[in-house]
Amino acid sequence: MSEAVSSVAPYSWALIGLAIIATFFWRGLGVLLSTRIDPSGPTFRWVSCVSYAMLAGLVARMTVLPAGALAMTPLTHRLAGMACGFAVFLLFHRSVLAGVTAGTALFAILSALTAS
Amino acid sequence: MLADDSFNRLGDARHPTLAVAARAAREAFSLPFIILLASFAGFGSVARASGFSFELAIVATAGIWGLPGQIALAEQYGAGAGTAAIILAVSLANARFLLMVMSFMPLMRVGLNHRGLEFASAQLLSTFSWAAARNAFPTLSDPLRPIFFMVYGLVCISSALIGTAAGYAGVTALPHSVVLGLLFLNPLFFALVFTDSRERHVIYAVLLGAVAGPVLHGFSPDWGEAAGGLLAGTAGFYLTRSPRMRDGGAP
Repeated sequence: MSEAVSSVAPYSWALIGLAIIATFFWRGLGVLLSTRIDPSGPTFRWVSCVSYAMLAGLVARMTVLPAGALAMTPLTHRLAGMACGFAVFLLFHRSVLAGVTAGTALFAILSALTAS
Repeated sequence: MLADDSFNRLGDARHPTLAVAARAAREAFSLPFIILLASFAGFGSVARASGFSFELAIVATAGIWGLPGQIALAEQYGAGAGTAAIILAVSLANARFLLMVMSFMPLMRVGLNHRGLEFASAQLLSTFSWAAARNAFPTLSDPLRPIFFMVYGLVCISSALIGTAAGYAGVTALPHSVVLGLLFLNPLFFALVFTDSRERHVIYAVLLGAVAGPVLHGFSPDWGEAAGGLLAGTAGFYLTRSPRMRDGGAP
């Protein structure tokens, strides 16, 4: 290990420690705030709705406006893969495995055809 | 899914704990295993490029256990950002855990019956185990829910640790179309898993959120997803309230 690396090591370990605490803050706060939430009550339904809507928004954004390598692929390919995944999922008795396999296969084939 | 449920009912007769543990392991060692391996390999290679040691990359995955925050950490550290800016970015990127824990822990509290285990479970929670537990819990009795969650969650974090190590070591020599396919697995998997929910208010929230997320992201990349979730989730909640709840009576 070079001297430059070993001199930044204590800082980077402290940084990771702070990052762990910064993330656990939200998890721990969630435990504390949820102690009085009745799982069959309206508060729980509302928190569930907001959680699902937020994550669905994230998934939709990753499809429509992706970051990284997916951003280089045409939107039509991504939407075709999604549509194919949903169709096979519904046709095969709501099988997530079948839907994901079919949708991803179509997307990968379209990508390979465009690249060649 | 149907086959899993019938297997679970058969297994319940004699060894319910083993049957549920096996079901959780089987579900997690499927697409989640592949997706986590691929996406955390991405983190491993970003962590290496940013100058983190191998040990730091592994501890980051095990301890932070939230990919958006980990990517923010590695990228900002690599770019030479200040400590406060880095920690703020990590914290904001992983703030979704607050809502995820709140929309999950009440379903497992009776089965856990221990505050320390609640904090430990919150630490183990990821989007994969959250979504899988939300779908599986209606078919599981209270004492069996923690078994399902723990097994599923441990398989997930193990997959992520293997992925981090592989990515750091540079095992990414895959054809470009395969890499694209692996990246595409992630949104497609969650789109289908969320739609697989049997709860009507969840389906409404998912559909509304899928429209609101990208639209509001266009206005504000930083706050769009949170605002979209709040608006679409609240709309879904009000649209699916039963007439009795709407009148203010107890459901």
